[in-house]
Amino acid sequence: MRTSITERLTDLAVRAVLWGFRLLIVLLVVGGTIMTVRAGKYSSEQWIDFVVFGISQGSIYALIALGYTMVYGILRMINFAHGEIFMSGAFSAYFLATWLNNSGFSGRNPAISLIIAILFAMLMSTGIALLVERIAYRRLRGAPRLVPLISAIGASYFLQYTARGLFGPGVYAFPGVSSLEGEWSIFGIGILKVQVVVAAAAFVMMGILYSIVMFTKVGKAMRAVSENKDVAALMGIDVNRIIVTTFGVGAAMAGAAGVLYALIFRQVGFFMGFVPGIKAFTAAVLGGIGNIPGAMVGGIVLGVVESLGPALFLDGIGIPRPYQLKDAIAYTMLVMILLFRPSGILGERLTTKKA
Amino acid sequence: MKKENFLWTSSKTGLLGGAIAIFICLLGMVEIFNKRYVIDELLPLGIFLLLATAFATGFIASRRAQEQFSESQPVYNLITGALGGAIVGILLMVLIIATDQINLRNVFLNASPTLVSILTFGRGLSGVWIMAVIGVAFGFFGGAFLIVPEKYRNPILRSLLWSFLLALFSGLFRVVLINQGSVFEAIAKFLFGTTGLSLFGAILIFASILFISMLSSSKGSSVRQRITQLPKRNQVILRVVVIALIVYIAIGLPQVSGPFIAQVIVILGLYTLMGLGLNITLGFAGLLDLGFVAFYAIGAYTVGLLTSYGQFGLQHISFWLAAPIAVLVAMLFGAFLGLPVLGVRGDYLAIATLGFGEIVRLLAGSDFLSPYFGGPRGIIGIQKPCLGFLESFIKVDTPQVCNGIEFGGPKEIYYIAVISAILIAFIAWRLRESRLGRAWMAIREDEDVAEALGINLIQTKLLAYMLGAAFAGLGGAIFSTLVGSIFSSSMQLIVSINVVALLVVGGMGSIPGVVVGTIALIGLPELLREVSEYRFLLYGIALIGMMLSKPEGLWPSQAVLRELHHEVPIPETGSSLAPEVATPE
Repeated sequence: MRTSITERLTDLAVRAVLWGFRLLIVLLVVGGTIMTVRAGKYSSEQWIDFVVFGISQGSIYALIALGYTMVYGILRMINFAHGEIFMSGAFSAYFLATWLNNSGFSGRNPAISLIIAILFAMLMSTGIALLVERIAYRRLRGAPRLVPLISAIGASYFLQYTARGLFGPGVYAFPGVSSLEGEWSIFGIGILKVQVVVAAAAFVMMGILYSIVMFTKVGKAMRAVSENKDVAALMGIDVNRIIVTTFGVGAAMAGAAGVLYALIFRQVGFFMGFVPGIKAFTAAVLGGIGNIPGAMVGGIVLGVVESLGPALFLDGIGIPRPYQLKDAIAYTMLVMILLFRPSGILGERLTTKKA
Repeated sequence: MKKENFLWTSSKTGLLGGAIAIFICLLGMVEIFNKRYVIDELLPLGIFLLLATAFATGFIASRRAQEQFSESQPVYNLITGALGGAIVGILLMVLIIATDQINLRNVFLNASPTLVSILTFGRGLSGVWIMAVIGVAFGFFGGAFLIVPEKYRNPILRSLLWSFLLALFSGLFRVVLINQGSVFEAIAKFLFGTTGLSLFGAILIFASILFISMLSSSKGSSVRQRITQLPKRNQVILRVVVIALIVYIAIGLPQVSGPFIAQVIVILGLYTLMGLGLNITLGFAGLLDLGFVAFYAIGAYTVGLLTSYGQFGLQHISFWLAAPIAVLVAMLFGAFLGLPVLGVRGDYLAIATLGFGEIVRLLAGSDFLSPYFGGPRGIIGIQKPCLGFLESFIKVDTPQVCNGIEFGGPKEIYYIAVISAILIAFIAWRLRESRLGRAWMAIREDEDVAEALGINLIQTKLLAYMLGAAFAGLGGAIFSTLVGSIFSSSMQLIVSINVVALLVVGGMGSIPGVVVGTIALIGLPELLREVSEYRFLLYGIALIGMMLSKPEGLWPSQAVLRELHHEVPIPETGSSLAPEVATPE
């Protein structure tokens, strides 16, 4: 095969830049870690705090990522508005929780009110997601790939600014649950109760979802549709219903994640969905998009890396206030995965070919 | 097919319309828009929106019922229309009572006493019936409108629409006319009120547009068809004349407008420029770049660092030298970031570039780089462009006096933006017809086929990406000199989304589409302060609506149109030459 000199040069340049990126990241990670550990600025308790926080936040990312990954698995579409579904769940829970709080109900039975809030959030976000699917996505199923993506971006902005218009631009304080305040001491190490509960709740949800997908008839149908829509339809599966169910289940997970997020950070606002949305997408890609266990693993990994990263990689090389670059670490991870291992940790799909 | 009761069909439409009306109220649109009048002192915009909703509901309800009900009788149209409108009215009534009785404000910020007083025209609960009556009346009109023969219906609708647009932008026309002097001033004062049209003006404008459109539609052929019937020579002449006219308007506009309008049009020029840049990346080569803002930021910061006399300025060279350097730097970054990422395709590319954009913003705003870029406090003291000589090329501490013509205000900088935009449009137009342009379009249609045809994907994509980056850099450079300062917080993702949205609305790959999209998405909200509150909401609606109904855009390029509709199109309305005013749905 004849290749021109410019082609070979571009090829070389691509490889050089890719290797440059690799080298830079490895240097940053290894060098930063060594220098931080040598400096000994953080105690082991702080490290454990970082990890626990990372796991609880990562489990939230994982919950959101499930929605991305399931929808992508079935429709090959990035549901850009998923972060806003998460936001609407948090908002619904906020209003209900405030009401329960003011009526004194949650003071008496905090666990029940928390569960009610989560269920309500799941219900609302499912409803909104189904509406979005019906209006903005359904008619675009056969269209070129950029068309539904742009529609999804539109839906994302619509939902964000609807929330802003309806509820106002402010940030609202999510009512705390008093019995979740304080720490538990495990092996002599204090761990915030909220974080444990959030992580536990997220794991329970993921367990439920996983068993639905693996062991029920609907789950089987979902997997079949994700494998091949036409064949699934031939096998007597109502593909449309399965797609809608997938959207609904993903949205319910995102709604629950919204409540958990609000529990940790204690605030809700119309813009709260954007950054977790992107990060959850990162988590989905990290684990291998279309792959449900992958999304869970990806979420946890992302949460932990993001939580440890600023202190571990950046502090050592003398970057002031490294936590400012926490999000940048997540985005860098996103870009790096897309570049170097688009199939993710557990996935086998390729971004360049099949995607 | 199951046949539904036609009353139920129209009720369903009514419920939908009512939900939309309540949504509009709860969003606060009615309250905010009511400060602006469509017809001066008579019809505020907020109420107009509700009336239009009731009217449209009546019309659609009636049409849907007609489809259900085989024999069409005018009476049924009226009944179903009125029913649809009545449901809208009743739902609004429920909203009024609910707002008045229960405290909805804990959840919905805009369910306020002001809303109640607007909806009841200041009568409180005793005026709750007014909305129902209005709903019935306008639903009835909507139903009645369906009976009007189609020959008259379209001209009426069109002239209503045009009058409405004129009313919305009456502020602009008024200022322009009044600045023209005596006779025009008198005309302006007759046609326009302080906001919106005057009553006489409204009637006059509506009647005259109706007259013109009836006249033109009775001739049977659209403007476009008549133009294509002209001899080739005349077509070329017409095209040149129209382009010259547009250029004349573009150049003359700042001279006749006030400072506020000048500020708006410079933003328009800037976005047109960036839209043309992204049009190459997204429209021609089909690469969705959500990190466009990164290059915009790079251009802005380069000019800032090279020309600022403030703390962070490295040099103090003239803007004319700094801008090309900024373009070059942005282009280099484009190459650097594009090289690895362009192997990734489609929606993944969008997310990866989005990541880049956010990383650039976070880095620029961080304490880590603040010794160089000023962090969140930004770079200030960027010198305005000056035709002439600056005294010093090395860093200075005070602003320098410009010996020559200074491009101080938005009016002057507008010319830089417009000339750059024209230049880019020319480059884009020439590139589109070139071998490279065809290679881009081949890649947009099908990468695998393009590769099989011997197109080097990476190289070709990289060129598109670099050009887009370069023009984004130019946009950033002009922006930084316009504002005189740069902050990392102005480099949000929303800038990228704005540019993507205007391309989508205008028509991807279409050069006039960029202008149309810019006017529709950037110009409208800038001119209508009230609308700008809901700008991103409307962007969302526009993006979804365009994707659903007109994915090729308002002013599509012919190739995209053919691809999407698989046939050679003959647009029903408008012409390819006369600028068509965009009407976002």
